[in-house]
Amino acid sequence: MRACDLSAIGILDTVFLGGPFVDSGYKVRRTNAFVVAVNCTQSGGTCFCASMNSGPAAAGGFDLSLTELIEGSRHEFLVTIGSDNGADLLRQVSSRMADDSHLTEASNLLKACSQRMGRELDTRGLAECLKKCYESNQWENVAGRCLACGNCTLTCPTCFCSTIEDTTDLGGDHADRFRKWDSCFNGDFSYIHGGAVRPTIRSRYRQWLVHKLGTWHEQFGTSGCVGCGRCITWCPVGIDIAQEAMNLRIRGDRSAAGGKEN
Amino acid sequence: MNAVLTQVRDNRSNKIEPVDPMTPAPCRVMRRRRENHDTFTLEIAHENGLVGFEFQPGQFNMLYVHGVGEVPISISGDFRKSDRIIHTTRDVGTVTRGLARLRAGDTLGIRGPFGVGWPMRSAEGRNVVIVAGGIGLAPLRPVIYQILAARSHFGQVALLYGARTPEDLLFRREFNAWRRKGIVVHETVDRADGSWRGHVGVVTAMIQKVEFELVGAIGMICGPEVMIRFTVNGLRGRNMAGNDIYVSMERNMKCAVGFCGHCQYGPEFICRDGPVFPYDRIERLFAIREL
Repeated sequence: MRACDLSAIGILDTVFLGGPFVDSGYKVRRTNAFVVAVNCTQSGGTCFCASMNSGPAAAGGFDLSLTELIEGSRHEFLVTIGSDNGADLLRQVSSRMADDSHLTEASNLLKACSQRMGRELDTRGLAECLKKCYESNQWENVAGRCLACGNCTLTCPTCFCSTIEDTTDLGGDHADRFRKWDSCFNGDFSYIHGGAVRPTIRSRYRQWLVHKLGTWHEQFGTSGCVGCGRCITWCPVGIDIAQEAMNLRIRGDRSAAGGKEN
Repeated sequence: MNAVLTQVRDNRSNKIEPVDPMTPAPCRVMRRRRENHDTFTLEIAHENGLVGFEFQPGQFNMLYVHGVGEVPISISGDFRKSDRIIHTTRDVGTVTRGLARLRAGDTLGIRGPFGVGWPMRSAEGRNVVIVAGGIGLAPLRPVIYQILAARSHFGQVALLYGARTPEDLLFRREFNAWRRKGIVVHETVDRADGSWRGHVGVVTAMIQKVEFELVGAIGMICGPEVMIRFTVNGLRGRNMAGNDIYVSMERNMKCAVGFCGHCQYGPEFICRDGPVFPYDRIERLFAIREL
């Protein structure tokens, strides 16, 4: 598991375990998980974990973490032990003690990786800035391209929304309730009697981005974005969350009506 | 807070049993009353000898119709009658139509109560103005019951109630009793019929009929968002402060415990942070379209 995903699990822990209610299903899976983190020495073209302080090295929350060391024909992994379970497992694998040169080599590789991110997102004051952007004309701009396919929410490691599907057998004696993943880009996501609260793609994209980068801070004390870049990679029309956030920062206070907000 | 309330007392062993917040408790309809053409009230009791249902006015339950689905419905009953859970709702959707088909003896699932209710504690010793539109009186009726149960603890109290037609006015059979016990009730309808001798017009026009002082009073509003907007303006026109005006909000809801994400309203989860909010806390959001 990569550092960005591990950060995402930390964020989901806050959502499902940190509030007044505990998600018992999540808790069981979480308690039983054994996590091997793989630190990234090479970033992808859409990565910006360095901007989000979630990588390229896993800071914690793992049982074992690996950093790949390659030099000529030498191919080794520097292993960091994060838990007793991790230490137990490592004892069953042949290994030798790392020395300072290995630690320095790994540190240099990770530092170099964090300086070669494919994307960058300036998060300073972003959550506050987004509060003033609700009526920005930038949302029309992105809504003109967005297909509301939901790929970004499907690939995002922190998108936690779910719905319930109810089924019965033909006799009606037996009923099941399934909790299923759901996307805020779906039309009926916001349905209340009389219609959807967010009927337009403009309002749905706005909900997604403002939640991810803005209101998440107020709800859970962190950003909802870990900079994995998958929403960029998997967007069929190439919408780039880092670029959209920058557009909002620069031009977000221009309202659709053409005037300045606030 | 809420987690404490999602427990039930086992009457036989007298033990408090924690309940997974997503698991509906089996319940049975004890009585069903039709209120008007599309609105009905269910009196519900826990199965399995579980009693002791406690709630705060303004809180809601998730009601599950077997095989059909679950909906959030506010509690419209009297907090003193804890052996019965009372819900008043309209049959306007798939699940509420399923609820409308239930008769005495039928089973359903309930989990709750959830959410933050009306500010009963801070209303004590003060004048209270309650403004309701249509079915919006249902979540406010427990407020009225609580005031009536301790009438001397509150100042002057007015209920301003508007609905589309006289037939849509709920709980009218109780209004005279409420008036006798010292609650001023002003009714209005958008469209009158031949029998109507009362006021015609929007509920916000009733604010000027309140004769007592509203500065320092507590306001409680439940109705469509457009009605809330104009009511807040009207109450502010009487120099009420935004943090003395409370409103009940509504959004799609699947879980009621902050897991499903559906009820987000800016940074707020309606299920957990609401459904009742002091208006000044959400004023910034209220002006935003399609939030």
